Amino acid sequence: MRAVYVAADNIYSPIGSTTGENLANLKKNISGIKEHTDTALSPVPFYASLFAPQQVPVTKNNFTKFEQLLIQSISNAMEATGLKSNDPKTICILSTTKGNISLLESSDSDQTTHSNISLHSSAKKIAEHFSFAHTPVVVSNACISGILALLTAMRLIQSGTYDHAVVAGADTITKFILSGFQSFQAVSARPCKPFDAERDGINLGEAAATIILSADEKYRGITIGGGATSNDANHISGPSRTGEELFIAIKKALKQANLAESDIDFISAHGTATLYNDEMEAKAITLAGMQSVPVNSLKGFYGHTLGAAGIIESIVCIHSLKENIIYPTLGYETHGVPVPLNIANTLHTAPLKNILKTASGFGGCNAALIIQKHLN
Amino acid sequence: MAEKNAYISASCVISNNTVYKNKQVVFENKGAVLPDFLTSVYQHFAWKYPKYYKMDNLSKLGWAAAEILLQGSDIEKYPPEDVGLILSNANASLDTDTRYFETTKDIASPALFVYTLPNITTGEICIRHKFKGENAFFVFEKFDPGFLHQYVNNLLNNDTLQACICGWVDVLQEDYKVLLVLVESNGNAGNTAERFTKENIENLYSLHNG
Repeated sequence: MRAVYVAADNIYSPIGSTTGENLANLKKNISGIKEHTDTALSPVPFYASLFAPQQVPVTKNNFTKFEQLLIQSISNAMEATGLKSNDPKTICILSTTKGNISLLESSDSDQTTHSNISLHSSAKKIAEHFSFAHTPVVVSNACISGILALLTAMRLIQSGTYDHAVVAGADTITKFILSGFQSFQAVSARPCKPFDAERDGINLGEAAATIILSADEKYRGITIGGGATSNDANHISGPSRTGEELFIAIKKALKQANLAESDIDFISAHGTATLYNDEMEAKAITLAGMQSVPVNSLKGFYGHTLGAAGIIESIVCIHSLKENIIYPTLGYETHGVPVPLNIANTLHTAPLKNILKTASGFGGCNAALIIQKHLN
Repeated sequence: MAEKNAYISASCVISNNTVYKNKQVVFENKGAVLPDFLTSVYQHFAWKYPKYYKMDNLSKLGWAAAEILLQGSDIEKYPPEDVGLILSNANASLDTDTRYFETTKDIASPALFVYTLPNITTGEICIRHKFKGENAFFVFEKFDPGFLHQYVNNLLNNDTLQACICGWVDVLQEDYKVLLVLVESNGNAGNTAERFTKENIENLYSLHNG
């Protein structure tokens, strides 16, 4: 099977418009999460990582904020590669949970609005903007969308269907999304605390992120080695009580990458800071025998960026491998999951070769991805 | 890796208030609006699954199609993690998104919010049948048999899955269409089973149009 190399990446977030700016801020413990009092979004103050108005790229050609963020992130990542977007062996894969749903808030709920909201319309606009040879594939699978988009790209390259994949994810935080998580009592009233004893919910975040994958050996260095998804088959809005199903995805991902549990040097968890997600992940990590492996969550920096989350966190993994750096779990102080875990809470160096990235979401979905460094 | 002979062991189409199993009409209720039609399907097949009534239209369509698709199959013979569910549609969860958004003007409904993701349909089917394997939800403007065939075939060929339910589950207001097929990597090559090919799923999708 062909190797799948990481060719380039971009994080476009409230703490930076390039991956470099983002990493520099992570190293300084700078988070995008702040208190907001925008009554158009929420009747009560809330903590979230949101773009300031001047950070949002200027909207042209009737692109929405969601589309403009994707375009900005994709352009930035593409520039670094010299890849031709109109190459018929290049596919674009988009990851989002709610795309242009904000249009429901600003327009009448009629056919034109419905058509503008539909994710394939955004896909078409983005394809036209970049002259992609194919209409992008859209993945919309709750909070695992980003990882699933990377997995889809990996599979399409491994099978030889395409040689290059531009994988981009984005979501913007709207009244629709915020009110939903608030109605679930899932939003913390302060900066979130992943894996902490006092964790009480998520913060939402907006961002876009892009990873370009390629079969071209000139990009050798970091690869996507394997991955899998699974379903809890238990509850549509609550995670598994045992972590067994996330463990299934981890096992399958390791097998694909020809790795043993003991080969994993670091785990980038979903770590949303809800009571049940973090507990479930901790149990899955324990089932995999990885309780002593360093693990972090980046939700304290970015909040939960939904369709972008898996891509942003994978990008940080890619650079962790390159620099042998583990980023801390901002917000974590007192261990708060019922099993011991090695939660990273300081910025430190460590020799890294194989990273496990996990995610889970509504609908009982779980995903695991293996990101590897190949030394020459 | 060797190409396996994947077969379509069963199909279910729900379109124009008619339910087809393996291309045969098994139920119809012409003239009913969608919610009433969905209730009549449940009653006709005398299912005992009260959770059905809490689902949104997208999940009801997917759940009902899976129920009919798998009736009489021996899907239980596979380990739960070897059965996957790969779905697609055009409108994601927009049908419920608009309903949920109406509630935010008064009191946001968590019961509706949870259905504002298309893959909740996947979750509902997995819960019912205890499927724990690979799942994915893709959005396309139109049914894309080429992508679906390629993606599912890859999962069957590299032993990620032994069986997969895949297809299209779409609804927006009164417009809807469902096609689910059961694909098995070592499927029954008997007289009725069709090879899992792009053309065969395309034919199943277009067979009951109009």
